[in-house]
Amino acid sequence: MIREIIGMAFILIGITFDFFGVLGLVRLPDVYNRLQAATKCVTFGSAGILLGVLIKQGFNNFGFKALIGIAFIFLTSPVSAHAIARASHRSGISLTKETIIDKYQEDNELKDD
Amino acid sequence: MRVFRWIIGFVIIASFMFGNFFIYTGVILFKLINVVLFCSLFLLFRVIFGPTAADRIVAVDILGILIIGMLALIGLFYDQSFFMDVGLIWALLSFIASLAFAKILEGRSLDD
Repeated sequence: MIREIIGMAFILIGITFDFFGVLGLVRLPDVYNRLQAATKCVTFGSAGILLGVLIKQGFNNFGFKALIGIAFIFLTSPVSAHAIARASHRSGISLTKETIIDKYQEDNELKDD
Repeated sequence: MRVFRWIIGFVIIASFMFGNFFIYTGVILFKLINVVLFCSLFLLFRVIFGPTAADRIVAVDILGILIIGMLALIGLFYDQSFFMDVGLIWALLSFIASLAFAKILEGRSLDD
């Protein structure tokens, strides 16, 4: 009984994080801001849902598959986010107008000299 | 005009919260699956109308993550674990696809 309540609480937290991450992906003005908001879907959103499923089901085959899913998501998603951000900066997609500093551009200029 | 847009958004959110776009009625898990479906509708908006190519890549990457959560919820309702197999395969294929798209966007070829 208490296990089902805790699992449902984790599922609710995960769905809330998913919703706000997607809201940030629609509303924010830039590729990098959108990426920074959308990566919040991963670490507490879907991983929270899978952790709730693990707590709710216990350690049977469903629970272990959810645990493997958490491991896959935590290993693969930051790598793909980093690759997308680096590729979009190198392909010359411009930042938004309110940007005040761009350290990666300065670093590339120093490296060319 | 701004009030009109707020009313349209509220009607869409209320229909996804209280309506049933899924199979059965009366269970709280279906309301939650409706919320995740609503989030993927937002993501499809970003995929279609994204200004640059990188927006579309980010949206497709996050769509894969949301699908895993939705498959976990569906499998939790039907009490069968093979939905999580589909989710794991979807996670790995989405990772490889986003890496390949990022490499093409950077301007290098695939055997570089």
